[in-house]
Amino acid sequence: MTASLIGARIQRKEDYRFLTGTGMYTDDVALPGQTYAAFVRSPHAHAKIRRISLDEAKASAGVLAVYTGADLAAAKVGGLPCGWLITDVNGQPMKEPPYPPLAQGKVRHVGERVAVVIAESLAQAKDAAELIEVDYEVLPAVVDPAKAKGAPAIHEAAPDNTCYVWALGDKAAVDGAFAKAAHVTKLDFINNRLIPNAIEPRAANATYSRAEESYTLYVASQNPHVERLLMTAFVLGLPENKVRVVAPDVGGGFGSKIYLYPEDVVVTWAAKRLNRPVKWTAERTESFVSDAHGRDHVTTAELALDKDGKFLAMRVRTTANLGAYLSTFASCIPTILYATLLAGQYTTPLIYCEVTAVFTNTTPVDAYRGAGRPEATYVVERLVETASREMKMDPAGIRRKNFIRQFPYQTPVALCYDTGNYDATLDAAMKMADVAGFKQRKEESLRRGKLRGLGYACYIEACGIAPSNVAGSLGARAGLFEAGEIRVHPTGTVTVFTGSHSHGQGHETTFAQVVADRLGLTMESVDIVHGDTSKVLFGMGTYGSRSIAVGGTAIVKALDKIVAKGKKIAAHLLEAADTDIEYDRGVFKVAGTDKQKTFGEVAFAAYVPHNYPLDKLEPGLNENAFYDPTNFTFPAGSYVCEVEVDRDTGATQIVAFTAVDDFGKVINPMIVEGQVHGGLAQGIGQALTEGCRYDNTGQLITGSFSDYAIPRAGDVPLFKLDMRETPCTHNPLGVKGCGEAGAIGAPAAVMNAITDALGVKDLPMPATAQTVWRSMHKAA
Amino acid sequence: MHAFEYHRPSNVKDALALASRKDEGRYLAGGQSLVQAMKLRLSSPTDLIDLNAIGDLKALKVESNAVTIGAMVRHAEVAASSGVNKAIPALASLAGIIGDRQVRHMGTIGGALANNDPAADYPAAVLALGATIITNKRKIEADKFFKGLYETALEPGELITAVSFPVPKRAAYMKFKNPASRFAIVGVFVADFGGKVRVGVTGAGPSAFRQADMEKALTAKFAPESVANIKVKADGLNNDLHASPEYRAHLITIMAKRAVEAAMK
Repeated sequence: MTASLIGARIQRKEDYRFLTGTGMYTDDVALPGQTYAAFVRSPHAHAKIRRISLDEAKASAGVLAVYTGADLAAAKVGGLPCGWLITDVNGQPMKEPPYPPLAQGKVRHVGERVAVVIAESLAQAKDAAELIEVDYEVLPAVVDPAKAKGAPAIHEAAPDNTCYVWALGDKAAVDGAFAKAAHVTKLDFINNRLIPNAIEPRAANATYSRAEESYTLYVASQNPHVERLLMTAFVLGLPENKVRVVAPDVGGGFGSKIYLYPEDVVVTWAAKRLNRPVKWTAERTESFVSDAHGRDHVTTAELALDKDGKFLAMRVRTTANLGAYLSTFASCIPTILYATLLAGQYTTPLIYCEVTAVFTNTTPVDAYRGAGRPEATYVVERLVETASREMKMDPAGIRRKNFIRQFPYQTPVALCYDTGNYDATLDAAMKMADVAGFKQRKEESLRRGKLRGLGYACYIEACGIAPSNVAGSLGARAGLFEAGEIRVHPTGTVTVFTGSHSHGQGHETTFAQVVADRLGLTMESVDIVHGDTSKVLFGMGTYGSRSIAVGGTAIVKALDKIVAKGKKIAAHLLEAADTDIEYDRGVFKVAGTDKQKTFGEVAFAAYVPHNYPLDKLEPGLNENAFYDPTNFTFPAGSYVCEVEVDRDTGATQIVAFTAVDDFGKVINPMIVEGQVHGGLAQGIGQALTEGCRYDNTGQLITGSFSDYAIPRAGDVPLFKLDMRETPCTHNPLGVKGCGEAGAIGAPAAVMNAITDALGVKDLPMPATAQTVWRSMHKAA
Repeated sequence: MHAFEYHRPSNVKDALALASRKDEGRYLAGGQSLVQAMKLRLSSPTDLIDLNAIGDLKALKVESNAVTIGAMVRHAEVAASSGVNKAIPALASLAGIIGDRQVRHMGTIGGALANNDPAADYPAAVLALGATIITNKRKIEADKFFKGLYETALEPGELITAVSFPVPKRAAYMKFKNPASRFAIVGVFVADFGGKVRVGVTGAGPSAFRQADMEKALTAKFAPESVANIKVKADGLNNDLHASPEYRAHLITIMAKRAVEAAMK
């Protein structure tokens, strides 16, 4: 028997094509008769559109059509829907103002689409777009979520610019606990707005077939079935069976490619109008102003403790910036995926969280790697670390004093953790980080004029979203299961169809390992197909670190059916009873004998059914499964960050970063480590370099890589990683998910380390050199 | 990018002739600023006069008392040149931290100086080393070359052909990088010619400048403590997202001190 492929560091099957430039991205798709779209975007954050002059553009060389919001309205194209209904504290539904694909009389953020030009060439489209004159009446804009309520209304449907006020927890009980607490730690901070910046910009290329009356949309998307569902059912009113959505190779998403975007809708609609394929690929400048941003919370957080450092209660008030329009999942991020995580790894018995979600004249905000959970971890872990300092307690000790150790554990904020072992990851992280030797290192740094600090973050996340019925009761307007199909070919090779989508995660390798291991096949004998609604039966897509836990389990369920049918075929071939057949990795065996059939022999018999129980069993070997999880999964881990601050300049260097994660069972440690590396880099980016900034008029100041600093290789240290495996109890693989952990845990660890180095209570993110220098200056 | 006429002359004379005929023509050197501006449609020259085929502009000559770098010599060549590394190591190391690897393999010294980006690195070295800018018609002293934000002494059509740097006794460049663009938030080049010290500062103001107080103090005594307590005035310094005038003023002192330390090593 060959060694198990589960847990093997197998090199990624997909990397050959990515590294040799032979991938096929949306922009690589060139269709016969291809045309090109250029969007005219608002230069103002808030303005009425008095008049749009299109004549010159329409007469420009190569132009096929120019459309505005008026054309879409005349064609009864709907607005973009929001996929999650939040019910406010008064039992009222959230405010859902219309989100037209092209502006209708008013623009609400810089970069909003006002018109589209479609031409024979991209250059012609852009030349013509420059000829469109829009007469704007500029209105006052609001960008700061804390000032949104009193600002001029952005939408008629939300006069106070408030989408909802939502709360979770027993406020009276929490207030009571605070009144009796021996110590209260309070922090006011901003969780800084981030711009996702996938390497591949968003792109869409739509075509219409008059012969078949059908559409095909190639789009850089994380979930093509959801894109199709939203677009057909809510916006364009097309029959779903007449629309094929293909998300081919996709170069990163981090959440920003989950959503249905206006450009996707416009090119699809225009493809039929013109009977020509219409392509649009974002330029980087467009990405900055039109990809959904992340985070942007203004928060006051308090932790009540008894005199021994035991957590009694937590009270959190957050104003969340949703931007100018409700993006597809915007409403659930600062609520369902945020407040429910505030227990962290601790037994805090009482938690109350109130969230006010507001509209501002900024780009819409939605899920970005971690989506609510980094914000929650930042609240919890900054509070805990600050409390330990204020109470002169050891930061690791105060955490251990409050760790959850009995599972399953029902938190006061709705979630029920199935399993975990927080001591195990913290023990390992402290040892790897040599916390014991920190004091000595700090003194040595000081001799070189550097301030050294150490910070922890013990995070938890809820992944594998979710039981559909629970999500539905909380307002989800979609199911959250996943689908998988195993198609066994007569020669015993296998094609697997998954509703998960890979845009950098390595599914083609990880999922193939799961299937090859179960069926006793080589990796080469298994192919993973994803990202095409005409091939994959259904899919909810990839986000929230759900692919292996939900998508992987759907594949396992389909494998179960393959094996079950295979046993019946083998029983017939071996002239034994079905119940006497044992199966292990590609071999069907009559129990207690040496009589056996290989998986290949069984597959062949299924497709050449000469000796086959045709009276009882259909030929062929092809099974599918839909899997709806019974709970979230709860990856957790402990991070230790060590920094050195240059006293002269304020520049911070991360000198060591240790991450010990518990993702449950790990299929491919190499791929998982890559996911952690990427997440940590993004988390460190949020803490040190990345900060989206608008000026008071709503102009994006950080509108290019000249001003928006994503971390580079030199900004991150060589990470020290390890894992502990506490298998998830409710899926067959025991997996939890790993895609977001790094981005969730890192910001708090970094900021805890910097504040430790400086000896200050708090510091805003990103902690740029100037920010740190100012803090030292103020302190001095 | 708007449409334009593309020209690729093989000698300086032809390049100048083209420039004189085309009102809205622009020379194309490494293209690391101009091409970006054209792609963003912020710059729309009618004609691009590509200098990349002109061999005469690509010479790099190292003599005992001067390093002369042709206008079309790329940053990566200067960084890797054993002659420059021996004669003025600070200049080679400056060239080696301009932008990123891609920029350094396309960008040229002539292009960088003609553009005079307020945060470019070379202007600090040109001022501190008292270099001479050689054009098709004259030689311009460093102190008379930089005129202001993106402004130089170059006349319309005038073409930089080379830059000549006197070899100092010792020198060093210290740069505090913009975390996003990697341009200089503040860059300080210190050059000691034995009895005369010059200090060039880039990134801090609308255009690179010399720092007189520091030059005086370092000429009196070339040591870090000579500049460590010099407080630079924040008035007139650049203000942006990444650094206030006060922070820039502070960084000038820190970078100058570190440059002196490095030069003494």
